[in-house]
Amino acid sequence: MSGFLTGWLSVEAPVLLVVLPLVMAAICAVMPKDKIAWLLAFITTLICAVLAFDIVLQTRGEQVLSYALGGWEPPFGIEYRIDGLNAPVALLISAIAVICTLYALCSTDAEIEPKKRAPFYAAFLVAFAGLLGMVVTGDAFNVFVFLEVSSIATYVLVGMGASRDRRALNSAYNYLILGSIGATFFVIGVGFLYMETGTLNMADMADKLAVMGDVSRVSQVAFAFIVVGLGLKLAMFPLHLWLPGAYAYSPTAITAFLAATATKAALYLLFRFVFTVFDPSLEFIGATLTWLLAVLGVIGMFVASLQAIFQSDARRVLAFSSVAQVGYMLLGVGMGTALGLSAGYVHLINHGIIKGALFLALGAFWYRYGIVRVSDFKGLGKIMPWTMSAFTIAALALIGVPGTAGFISKFQLLDAAAQNGWWWAVGAIVVTSILAVIYMGRMLEAAWLQPAPEVNGKPVEKREAPLPMLVGMWVLAIAAIVFGVVPSWPVELANGAAQVMLGGGL
Amino acid sequence: MNSHMILRIVAKFLIPLIVVFGLYVHFHGDFGPGGGFQAGVIVAAGVILYALIFGLKACKEAVPPSWIRIGMTVGVLFYVGTGILTWLMGAKFLDFDILHPATDHPLGQHIGIILVELGVLFTVATVMVAIFYAFGSRQPEIMDEEQDF
Repeated sequence: MSGFLTGWLSVEAPVLLVVLPLVMAAICAVMPKDKIAWLLAFITTLICAVLAFDIVLQTRGEQVLSYALGGWEPPFGIEYRIDGLNAPVALLISAIAVICTLYALCSTDAEIEPKKRAPFYAAFLVAFAGLLGMVVTGDAFNVFVFLEVSSIATYVLVGMGASRDRRALNSAYNYLILGSIGATFFVIGVGFLYMETGTLNMADMADKLAVMGDVSRVSQVAFAFIVVGLGLKLAMFPLHLWLPGAYAYSPTAITAFLAATATKAALYLLFRFVFTVFDPSLEFIGATLTWLLAVLGVIGMFVASLQAIFQSDARRVLAFSSVAQVGYMLLGVGMGTALGLSAGYVHLINHGIIKGALFLALGAFWYRYGIVRVSDFKGLGKIMPWTMSAFTIAALALIGVPGTAGFISKFQLLDAAAQNGWWWAVGAIVVTSILAVIYMGRMLEAAWLQPAPEVNGKPVEKREAPLPMLVGMWVLAIAAIVFGVVPSWPVELANGAAQVMLGGGL
Repeated sequence: MNSHMILRIVAKFLIPLIVVFGLYVHFHGDFGPGGGFQAGVIVAAGVILYALIFGLKACKEAVPPSWIRIGMTVGVLFYVGTGILTWLMGAKFLDFDILHPATDHPLGQHIGIILVELGVLFTVATVMVAIFYAFGSRQPEIMDEEQDF
């Protein structure tokens, strides 16, 4: 099937998706007025979202888009390769970026010093370009370059939270150290693969590795390095230590952007390497899936959910919940069946939407009333009804209430676990969902059932979040419901992705 | 400022040579070792030498920090601009062959690489100087207001 864009735009869309935000970032950095920089960033993300949507349409029905950069034909040159596996992730990233940019119009006024706002948008666009680059490229070393591009910009963005909370600097530094270790592990793995196969093009690499089969110890070592490196980036359970701080103290728009996209892009890379570059039917990869990814996923679901329950800072509750949700996705991947992969992939999309909405609403509470602690949520349902409603919808979706997107993906995951005969996993999903009820329920209970605090004997007056903020979180909240009631589109995308993963090579 | 006469005179003599050598490394980059990155570092070394000998203040008057910021952007735009040029000429992004019609010798590739590496030179040189300014301008005490470099 083809997209709605025609001619040049349609052909050049894969590379335009990365080039446009990179150019605009450079221009944004020297803009004298922050509102002009904002406008440029907003238009850029909007165009990228349109391009990404077109790419999703173009890649329907197992179509593959291949773009040879600089006219150097793959496997010698760098190839941008988009199929059913990465197109939806690119769309997710650019759609969330549009919403977060719109949101940043208001939130930066409160969080970033005026003269740092134009560089803030520039760094945001660089991070955005890096994430898109990681997703669309078909070259293993190019992945590393874009991984670093997005990571370095992200460290800066997290550190910019310092004018709101000095702990942001500490978190940014933590993230820098752990993120660099992750990238180093990844590039060591790519280096080993290059040594073994003599190519950096992923499709070519997959062909060469398929010939070698199980005998190559170097490729096994490479696999281990890549899984650990990406595990750090995607906050796989014991490697998630950078995440709570980075999510809690960065500027609110960035928190939402990171939570919805950064770990998702890294997770996509894990899918890409485990299933399409390597052959998942090999023994050592099967063992990794079952005994490492699935088991760590389940442990992460429990431990992070329990940690989320005992946090007093609402941002940290959601951050730990993110670690737990990554566990669900890893569990889906760990099953290695089409149903499990599809479930993990749907959860990736749905969780991006849901967590984005939650963090945006949380940022709005801070923007209006400086609320970050769960105990301060008292009466928020009466003070900020629209914001709190969006938060509630997303919270219900996170728990997995029927009729929301979270239910679809969790139910599919349950189904996949049951068909696999993994009854312990079924139990784990149900129990951790109950834990989610506890940690999200604490906030909802305080917000809706408790009276609003009083100032000088009068209840706090009602002050809704500004419109640009509300629009973004409501778009995501409505998406969480629509994808729960009519799940055909995300499920179709996920099935396409699962087909790419299990279809035997790229 | 009157002391260290030898240092000052040698530096004044050397800095233009350093910059020229940087440009040599850049333009000779597609025949021998070198390229935009190395050239950028060498050019930046010239500026940093000036700051070491004559002081940061004099250096900031000679190479203002506002230029540095613009230089970083210009470099990136030069690189991407080359790509956009190839787009406008009807080829793929960064396909340099279109830049020159010669068929017996890939002259277009030479032109393209020189242009792209010129962008790299700009960005690397200015970023190096920016890093130097950022570290050099650090205030020993905590100030009430943050100062830009």
